[in-house]
Amino acid sequence: MGEYIVEAKNLCKYFKAGKNQTLKAVDGVNIQLKKGETLGLVGESGCGKTTCGRTLVKLYDATSGTVLFEGKDVSRLRGKELLGFRKDAQIIFQDPYASLDPRMTIGEIITEGMNVHFHMSEKEKEEKVNDLLHKVGLNAEYANRFAHELSGGQRQRVGIARALAIEPKFIVCDEPISALDVSIQAQIVNLLIKLQREMGLTYLFISHDLSMVKHISDRVGVMYLGSMVELASNHALYDHPIHPYTQALISAIPEADLDEEEGKTRVHLEGEVPSPINPPPGCRFKGRCKYAKEICGQEMPELKEVEPGHFVACHMCGKEDW
Amino acid sequence: MEKILEVDNLNVSFNTYAGEVKAVRGVSFELSRGETLAFVGESGCGKTVTAKSILRLLKPPFAVIKPESKIICNGKDVLKMSEKELCEFRGDEVGMIFQDPMTSLNPTMTVGKQIMESLMIHKKLDKKAAREEAINMLKMVNIPSPEKRIDNYPHEMSGGMRQRVMIAIALACNPNVLIADEPTTALDVTIQAQIMDLMMDLKTKMNTAIILVTHDLGVVANFADRIQVMYAGEVVERGTTKEIINESKHPYTWALLRSVPRLGNESKEELYALGGTPPDLLLPLNHCPFADRCEYCMPICKECKPQETVLSDTHKVSCWLMHEKAPKVESFYDRRDK
Repeated sequence: MGEYIVEAKNLCKYFKAGKNQTLKAVDGVNIQLKKGETLGLVGESGCGKTTCGRTLVKLYDATSGTVLFEGKDVSRLRGKELLGFRKDAQIIFQDPYASLDPRMTIGEIITEGMNVHFHMSEKEKEEKVNDLLHKVGLNAEYANRFAHELSGGQRQRVGIARALAIEPKFIVCDEPISALDVSIQAQIVNLLIKLQREMGLTYLFISHDLSMVKHISDRVGVMYLGSMVELASNHALYDHPIHPYTQALISAIPEADLDEEEGKTRVHLEGEVPSPINPPPGCRFKGRCKYAKEICGQEMPELKEVEPGHFVACHMCGKEDW
Repeated sequence: MEKILEVDNLNVSFNTYAGEVKAVRGVSFELSRGETLAFVGESGCGKTVTAKSILRLLKPPFAVIKPESKIICNGKDVLKMSEKELCEFRGDEVGMIFQDPMTSLNPTMTVGKQIMESLMIHKKLDKKAAREEAINMLKMVNIPSPEKRIDNYPHEMSGGMRQRVMIAIALACNPNVLIADEPTTALDVTIQAQIMDLMMDLKTKMNTAIILVTHDLGVVANFADRIQVMYAGEVVERGTTKEIINESKHPYTWALLRSVPRLGNESKEELYALGGTPPDLLLPLNHCPFADRCEYCMPICKECKPQETVLSDTHKVSCWLMHEKAPKVESFYDRRDK
């Protein structure tokens, strides 16, 4: 077992999109997560963040490439081992309105996983549910309620309690806050940070809210159209973004601070993300990049380490005429 | 500056099985030509209801605009208009961009038809001229190859493009007032920046007044001229952007400002989260609506409603802390700068 709890090597996930067409949702992504760290994953919608997260917890099978969980290849797990993996890797879904079964009580939703993984008496289960609800800041009486009786923030807490119920080691948080109000967002993020400290959890935090990602993550990866374009520690990425796409993303964050805003120059991005169905060769970002040169149209740039711990996939990076 | 829209003492109620929900209670504001006014607040605070009332889009008998309310747009009393006058008013005088670009376009009509529709009704253009104008509008909102895109259905477009089509529809007849209800909430940051820049660009070109409804303080700080902070159907603080972002006085505004993580902050330090929930609008509310969640709450706050204190021509706050006998408190800014 290496130092990483989750490791994805050259991960690809393609979907069939009609005749002779493949949608390359995730194309050759490498991710390593150390135990107890939070890796943020940002990018525009449709860039493959969610697919990447879902593949890591084996909700999708990878088209090619491997996912190692605690050193074991996830695609080869069978029987008991697979069950063990399912217990250790959990996911919190994006939409708290759609991810809870409307016909089950909150208690049933939370115990469902426990029934599979643990042998517990009814009394133990009840205690555990109360304990979990308390942990995520809900009253124990909610166990007998249905999802439609709760607000968005409360439902998201139930989603978190459900993920925690079977004591996982690794949780993929797929846009856990995007459907919530600002003040509730802060509550959920505080809760996630607190739980991580108490239980030593490892998070993959997927979001397009860049300031929240900076707040919660140790390292941040930026995805564009299925591939990772930059990966660095949170300070390095936000203070010295290198990839032109990251620069544009960071400069586009509107801040509620007039002094900060004054000195800022916004990098304008023209156009939209091209379709991931049969993308052209070369750098995926070339159509919107003002530095694009000939080479960008021919070869796909690889993710290279330009500073210790700071990886960038760009041909022009480090070149003089930049 | 010339006043284009005046809303005075707007009261809107919804009749539900549980009783009368007073969603908007006594909101007043004015809007001048070429100005951007932002409504800020959490969900359920009455931002959208206020915006929709201006166009009278809320359906009676479930939603009732109370008789004491007054909405004057360009010299005309909106609340006294007949259905026919309203049809002429909507889209022509006031355009609206709805919250969700995925669901607010008609999926069975091409986007061109949807833009042409209002042009043919309001500007009395024939089909050919309307089509040309629609292509111009699409060009103006930066949609690539508009001659082809005009025959697309909404599902053939991305979220950002649909939102731009919405803007094109809203602006087609050159309205005096544009109401943008969370125009960028469903979009990514880069597209959000494009859309906001586009709206600001159009504002300067056409001198349109904009009402921006949002809960994103970042967007507001960048694009609005004036802000009014709403809570539980009331305006609790109003002022210019600088006054609200840098010199706000209301504890609720502070709470909103505090709960947004700042890029300069150390990571993983605890974010401020406002506890509790907004008051139930079914119940009568005779005190400060924010009192139950306010950390500076005083006995008077739970007894009487605070009057609006005037701090400058533009900056007004409804809070008992502004009273001369109230204690001096440590504001959001004092704490932040520590």
